[in-house]
Amino acid sequence: MRGAGHAVCLGLDIDTDQIIAGRYLRTKDHSVWVSHIFEDLDPALAGKLNGAVIVAGKNFGCGSSREQAAIALRETGVAAVIAPNFARIFFRNAINVGLPAIECRLSCIEGQNVRFDLAAGWVEAGGNQYPIRPLSPRMREILTAGGLVNYWRVHR
Amino acid sequence: MSTLSERILGAAAGEYVDRKVDRAYVHDGTGVLTLETWKQMGAERLSDLPQLYVLFDHIVPANNSTTATLQHELREFACGSFLNFSDTGGGICHQLMSEGIVLPGEVVVGADSHSCTLGAFGAFATGVGATDMAAIWLTGETWFRVPDSIGIHLYGSLRGGAEAKDLALSYVSRLGMDGGTYCALEFIGDGVKTLPMDDRLTICNLSVETGAKTGMFYADDVTVRYLTSAGQEAGPQLPEPCNYSRELEFDLADIVPLVAVSPRVDTVKPVRDLAGLSVDQVFIGTCTNGRSSDLARCAKIVKGKKVTVRTIVVPASRAVLAEAIRTGVLADLVGAGCMIGTPGCGPCLGAHMGVLGEGEVCLSTANRNFKNRMGVGGEIYLSSVATAAASALAGEITEPEAD
Repeated sequence: MRGAGHAVCLGLDIDTDQIIAGRYLRTKDHSVWVSHIFEDLDPALAGKLNGAVIVAGKNFGCGSSREQAAIALRETGVAAVIAPNFARIFFRNAINVGLPAIECRLSCIEGQNVRFDLAAGWVEAGGNQYPIRPLSPRMREILTAGGLVNYWRVHR
Repeated sequence: MSTLSERILGAAAGEYVDRKVDRAYVHDGTGVLTLETWKQMGAERLSDLPQLYVLFDHIVPANNSTTATLQHELREFACGSFLNFSDTGGGICHQLMSEGIVLPGEVVVGADSHSCTLGAFGAFATGVGATDMAAIWLTGETWFRVPDSIGIHLYGSLRGGAEAKDLALSYVSRLGMDGGTYCALEFIGDGVKTLPMDDRLTICNLSVETGAKTGMFYADDVTVRYLTSAGQEAGPQLPEPCNYSRELEFDLADIVPLVAVSPRVDTVKPVRDLAGLSVDQVFIGTCTNGRSSDLARCAKIVKGKKVTVRTIVVPASRAVLAEAIRTGVLADLVGAGCMIGTPGCGPCLGAHMGVLGEGEVCLSTANRNFKNRMGVGGEIYLSSVATAAASALAGEITEPEAD
């Protein structure tokens, strides 16, 4: 899987409450989560996310298991989230909803173009290539299928 | 020579396994999305292997008609599909699963991050999101990467005003918010036998705040006695020498009352360093500290006195509430001016009640103090029950007296 986008840089330990607050969870309407994404962290972020690659610090997605966080990022048009490591439930949720979560340490600046190739195992930014920690074979299959719903539609 | 995770999952750390799940549960929040996703998978019938549970706890009773409608749909499905179901007022999912349901050696998965709480029984218990849970409803199993384990050696016994929560905040502070990521925490050593099940549940509950997959105690005489009194049969698990990826040691006698300072659970300071900080609200409850022994300890401190700030006490389950009525704990709490909430998660998630206003400070016995979690502009400090109760009387953060 390949992709690219402009970098949106975030800090360390971004928890899922900050991605989508608890008060917006009780709906099946995904557009509610899109319209309130990162609201308590920085309301201006929402406008920058379509076509973006989020480059975050360690432990992205810690806290609550709310899958709405991963869905909101995907539905907002985020192409991938890159971080040195992820909280494990968010990591599984992201892959399960078809959002690439990429474990990689890279340095880049806000707005810079970031490209990634999961099969080849690299992320590129500012003319430098960085290695990524490969997904397990199962997670790669799930992501390639577009998420766990499609995976099970095919594998049953 | 295995860790408890390796023994239960049947493979060495680092390996990937597909495992049948013994028990799987959702709550009113994650259950809605699980049901929707399970239908999208083209499912027609539920897997019959795991015991499946739907346990309402997050927004109970419903705060508006949107929530009520979503809960209604899930309730109809749960009852119509013969899932084990607990409606509004039954209590917190993790607490209900701890009241004589989860057994040592089981694989238990909950659609909630604090499902790690149930590792206190020597089960492999962990949290997942809605789509992973939907696949468990479909297939009865899920994949795991067998975790590396961090050994946390406990010696001695707690004393003075310190509680299990203070030990939990100590290890979270030592490991940091991602120090346990992808790992399991194993609590071992001579100090373990001094800790009753309520304390072990509190200690395991915070393991996810280090990023850990679960926190675990080996089942021992304490576990077996607890389960026997709940009508279950179980035997002890004997630890064997094994390789830990990291080891920590705590002398329980050295643990002092602590507070996690807003907005990070790993910014932990002795209560005395924060003494005198004004609070607007005190909250005692949650899957961390809403059990019978917690309410009893709170009542002992406030009995015959008056709280000076709004103080919300939420029993973790109906059984906890009933016990508090039977023992007179509830009368002591109400007499001291505490409010009593419906058994469930209460204000912890900031979604429906006990929400903070701009600039307000809450001292809470919960497990999370993320920025804005209980209300935009509000600050959350986390402590033990004794510290919260003493602070509710004083209206400011106050060191609890030694027992």
